[in-house]
Amino acid sequence: MRTPLTLRLLQSTPRSGWLALAIFAAVAWIGVPLAHLVVPEGHPLYLSAYTVSLVGKILCYMVVAVAMDLIWGYAGILSLGHGLFFALGGYAFGMYLMRQIGRDGSYGADLPDFMVFLDWKELPWYWLGSDSFLWAIFLTMALPGVVAFIFGYFAFRSRIKGVYFSIITQALTYAAMLLFFRNETGFGGNNGFTDFKRILGFDITSGATRVVLFALSATLLMLCLILGRYLIRSRFGRVLASIRDAESRVMFIGYNPLHYKLFIWTLSAILCGLAGALYVPQVGIINPSEMSPANSIEIAVWVAVGGRGTLIGAVIGAGIVSLAKSFFTVTVPEYWPFFLGGIFIVVTLYLPNGVVGLWRRLWAQRKATDAAPAEDPTPAAAIKGATA
Amino acid sequence: MTATLTPERPAAPEDDHGSGGLWESEATTSRVRVEGLDLTHKVILYLEEITVSFDGFKALNNLSLTIDAGELRCIIGPNGAGKTTMMDVITGKTRPDSGTAFFGQTLDLTRMTEPQIADAGIGRKFQKPTVFENHTVFENFELAMKADKRVRHSLFAELSGEELDHIASVLIQVRLDRYANRQAGLLSHGQKQWLEIGMLLMQKPQLLLLDEPVAGMTDEETERTAELFVSLAGKHSLVVVEHDMKFVEALGGKVTVLCDGSVLAEGSLASVQADPRVIEVYLGR
Repeated sequence: MRTPLTLRLLQSTPRSGWLALAIFAAVAWIGVPLAHLVVPEGHPLYLSAYTVSLVGKILCYMVVAVAMDLIWGYAGILSLGHGLFFALGGYAFGMYLMRQIGRDGSYGADLPDFMVFLDWKELPWYWLGSDSFLWAIFLTMALPGVVAFIFGYFAFRSRIKGVYFSIITQALTYAAMLLFFRNETGFGGNNGFTDFKRILGFDITSGATRVVLFALSATLLMLCLILGRYLIRSRFGRVLASIRDAESRVMFIGYNPLHYKLFIWTLSAILCGLAGALYVPQVGIINPSEMSPANSIEIAVWVAVGGRGTLIGAVIGAGIVSLAKSFFTVTVPEYWPFFLGGIFIVVTLYLPNGVVGLWRRLWAQRKATDAAPAEDPTPAAAIKGATA
Repeated sequence: MTATLTPERPAAPEDDHGSGGLWESEATTSRVRVEGLDLTHKVILYLEEITVSFDGFKALNNLSLTIDAGELRCIIGPNGAGKTTMMDVITGKTRPDSGTAFFGQTLDLTRMTEPQIADAGIGRKFQKPTVFENHTVFENFELAMKADKRVRHSLFAELSGEELDHIASVLIQVRLDRYANRQAGLLSHGQKQWLEIGMLLMQKPQLLLLDEPVAGMTDEETERTAELFVSLAGKHSLVVVEHDMKFVEALGGKVTVLCDGSVLAEGSLASVQADPRVIEVYLGR
């Protein structure tokens, strides 16, 4: 009678979606490793280490964008502090990477370099277990998850909404940044963690490690999309969208918005944490600037540019904006903030549904004109076409 | 008569913090199930000597009213007569200063929270229809359905055959079967009102409170709504607050006239319309 969960997971993504995912998987799992490891340097198909790491990094951003879309696009909660969860995941995994350095640091000590520098004699208690890979994986999910749960519980219980919620999340990530800047906090102060050497014993700079991390990031992104798709197509997703549109009515028919918001909020933070954990070994550094308010705002811009409430829009938006950022920071870094602000204004004014919304609109128009060709455009029809 | 007394009454929540206490007792609300309403005296709702005052102004003044099971009752009265306050007392939104309100023989409404009352089987439709505009008509019904409303259930919920049948029957009842897959935001005003009534019916209420259900409807929609209500009576009890006398006439039930917070007259529409006190209230002053 009941449909098995696996089947429902399959059904929640349309056939075209699965096809796209399959192509994406083939490229990420087979194409990229071949192009980076097998194809000789100088060949037009060769992918440099820089490119693989850059795209791998953007894949992590895309995961964050999908997580952001789940809460902003579907639950209507605009977080301007999602960079915090991303950074927490990064730091949690960074602790493990720091321990993997072993005695190969500049001081040749058992402790991470920055602790030697601070003249600490032993690891602080919260570094306990940081040499275990499994503990690190657990922590990358648990740390952002617990922080998000506690913060969300009080915020949603007090029914903090809209711009007030956004401002508080912004303050939260800012406060965390200040905390992590302090050397005494025990996470390397403003330098953060860097100079990683190994991951699970493998050389972190080797090409093979790089493509594995790349493939893992791609896999995480695909899993996020499949999970997100399932969630929004379930009754849970419909309740969530109803909370976004008419919260008091949802309460009146007996759903408790607190639980629904808290669930998606915590899940979103956990996904960000996982993305952060994959991001750190690929870029080789994590420091408190990841928690800066501007970073979190950028996450919101990704989703706005791509189109809220579409999942795929978040992926596209993160891709476009990140590529533009890489381009700008290489050529004219000083203009990047202006460009970012400019995009945000243009999207808000002219593309309320982002790139995906624009594409859908054009598609609908093309279909409409295909369906009714050769008709003299009456004034009424022309006006309709212009305003549609 | 002695056999049907339910031993446990839903207790008043102890952690009601005043302002936002309503939905905070979430742990209890979704699990409270009132097993069968005690209708041994064929009366579904008793209001006895209810008084509610706001800063000295008595919105309800010794109001006493009983509604029989399966009855279709219209409440009319001039503005400020206390119609909405009466609804608020029944649904637990407002606590009376004195008096008793019983649902069936056993449920003391003055001691229950809003969600508990809704769960016990009292559904209320507000004046302004609020439906989920981004969802289809079908999905609106699905969300309103009486079911486990917790997250862990919603994540894996599937509609059973029975539930599908229930949705289908309500779709037909409120004449929206042809629009099941239409976005609720695209419905006409009258259709939205029906959708909202349908959403109430999805919760299988015993008693329906309807506040100006035909406001803003066309004449034809008003007629259809009257037919719908008449067909609902018997299976459900309905209390309709309405100003539209043609509509009240079409419903054909007993009419109660409220004035200054208490009952002025009660009976058939013709008899209350002939009552000189009613004429005075409506035309005089």
